[in-house]
Amino acid sequence: MAGVFSWEAQASNVEHFKETVAAWKGRKGALMPILQDAQITFGYLPRPILEWTAKELNTPIAELYGVATFYSQFSFEPLGKYNISVCQGTACYVKGAEKLQNDFCEALGIEAGATSEDGLFSLVETRCVGECSMAPVVSVNGEMHPHFTKKQIKPLLKKLRSAEASND
Amino acid sequence: MIKTKMTREELDLLRESMRGDLDSLLAERSDLVKKDGEYVLAGEFYEKQTRIALRNFNIIDPESLDEYIARDGYLALEKAIFENSPADIITEMKAANLRGRGGAGFPAGRKWETAAREDSDIKYMICNADEGDPGAYMDRSIMEGDPHSVLEGMAIGGYAVGSEQGFIYIRAEYPRAVEMLEHAIAEAEERGLLGDNILGSDFSFHIELRLGSGAFVCGEATALMESIEGKRGMPRPKIYRTSVRGLWDKPTIVNNVETYANVPQIIRKGADWFTSIGTEDSPGTKVFALVGKVVNSGLVEVPMGTTIDEIVFDIGGGLPDGHTAKAVQTGGPSGGCIPAELFDTRVDFGSLAEIGSIMGSGGMVVMDETDCMVDIARFFLEFTVDESCGKCTPCREGTKRMLEMIERITEGKAEYEDLDRITSLADTISSTSLCGLGQTASTPVVSTMHYFFDEYQAHVVDKKCPALHCKELISFFIESTCIGCLRCKRECPVSCISGEVKERHVIDQTACIKCGNCFDVCPVSAITKS
Repeated sequence: MAGVFSWEAQASNVEHFKETVAAWKGRKGALMPILQDAQITFGYLPRPILEWTAKELNTPIAELYGVATFYSQFSFEPLGKYNISVCQGTACYVKGAEKLQNDFCEALGIEAGATSEDGLFSLVETRCVGECSMAPVVSVNGEMHPHFTKKQIKPLLKKLRSAEASND
Repeated sequence: MIKTKMTREELDLLRESMRGDLDSLLAERSDLVKKDGEYVLAGEFYEKQTRIALRNFNIIDPESLDEYIARDGYLALEKAIFENSPADIITEMKAANLRGRGGAGFPAGRKWETAAREDSDIKYMICNADEGDPGAYMDRSIMEGDPHSVLEGMAIGGYAVGSEQGFIYIRAEYPRAVEMLEHAIAEAEERGLLGDNILGSDFSFHIELRLGSGAFVCGEATALMESIEGKRGMPRPKIYRTSVRGLWDKPTIVNNVETYANVPQIIRKGADWFTSIGTEDSPGTKVFALVGKVVNSGLVEVPMGTTIDEIVFDIGGGLPDGHTAKAVQTGGPSGGCIPAELFDTRVDFGSLAEIGSIMGSGGMVVMDETDCMVDIARFFLEFTVDESCGKCTPCREGTKRMLEMIERITEGKAEYEDLDRITSLADTISSTSLCGLGQTASTPVVSTMHYFFDEYQAHVVDKKCPALHCKELISFFIESTCIGCLRCKRECPVSCISGEVKERHVIDQTACIKCGNCFDVCPVSAITKS
């Protein structure tokens, strides 16, 4: 799944990213917004992109890597198409979020933080999404599912899988 | 309609004309009532609240600058720029004694005064919107529901300290809040309420957003600055106050979202009005995210000095399904658990510190008899270990060792001496860590050990979890009331349940992983924990 980064296949994304870099270059504190744009544009931080950015900003790649590894939202592998997070904030935790996350692991056959082999689902570890009054909350690509129960796991995955099948 | 930059007179005219429009719009809404000439949210949950920071929340359209203006928005900024000197604003803020709502409670006016005195070409105003405490969402709600109140507060602060540039450092986990703020900033700039020469005056103030990327420690002021500068978000040694040397070594004010949201109303209504609410030590109100095992969960804004009892029972409606309150957790990973017998405690900075917790940013999680206090301490410590930036040893290594000991307790493998080791280690971590994250990391452990020592003892000595929560210390049994429906047998992930249809089933205790699936699915509650 990880595969090799292709400049050709990502041409339009690369173009967008280069525009971002050009807009920020030379400004104070540009690195975070640039890395954030790369993460959103490519879904992860591809090594060739980091190498290119380092040259462009005239910054050692070690510095970019140092910053990127510090923050949990940057990833170095592509994430799945659907990013599922079972909120692990305090309110969700006391309402059984830990068990709910394990149930998701079981249903998907992956560990928390991993991506399914078909590249469809990632179980993203999340601290608190700030929807505490609707605990426990599950978010799928940022969309909130309040008061989530174990019973809803299978229908949710089925729905996403069938949406995917009809897209093909 | 082309919107152009307004002058002060145009703003006043717009406000007058919008007032009637908004009033008739709000008059039609059934969820509002008029109180002291102003529309407020109706219903028992809101009746007992005093909403200052949340004054416009769920009342105005957050995307409408006009509606904000109609509710006296930007009147305080106008008053500040045209009728007051920066020194007047600082005097008013100091008299109001608005203490930092991010949790530490440092008076905003004093912070501003320090930065105002500094002679520097550039000064920065930062809004700390990196609301990372799990179980708290006050700031998200303010930014989503009333973004202009934060912008106005920052601009007033900028005027007072002599800053022309503000940054809002906001969590990327809050996409809607980011969207609302972006919209609000653009609209305010378009209408001359932010940007160059605000309302035609000499005062200019710009606000930019900076997104976090999932690092809790960036809520710490100096780590936040490192992050804005494009570095790893690690706290700095506190040689200088940030109001003297902060972002890019320039005098910098960092205040929390809720703090800024209070500012316009203090300037508009005066310090005397503000100090008439709350307590002498902590004037004003505080917004809490009342969540967990409570009937009416949601945002609660009450005068400082309100008791926990009033918040949990009178406003929150108590606990659901006949459960009993055991504790409330305040202050997130830096705070403590307050036992039910201390629910008559008044909520203000001083009183909470006295009983070993903190105000924190406002998370208030209600827990019942099924919550194991040792496990809650473990939960927060695991969080801190994960989020420790690794710069200083006490926090990086100390919290990890402490977590290992707590885990041994929840697994029933601890010895009595571990309790002493935890106390001593907690003391070392608190007194030697570089930043607030480490200094307060052991508070959840220390406070639960203090108030719920019997639970720790039960885990360590009797190898029992009184709340029946810790997996390694409980077992599941199928009672004689089992109807033999096979459901638990099907749900068991390790197939350790045996039994035929319509016969009582049996759990093989040696193979059981205590996942609790059987307990959850049994239709006749024939499965018990012990």
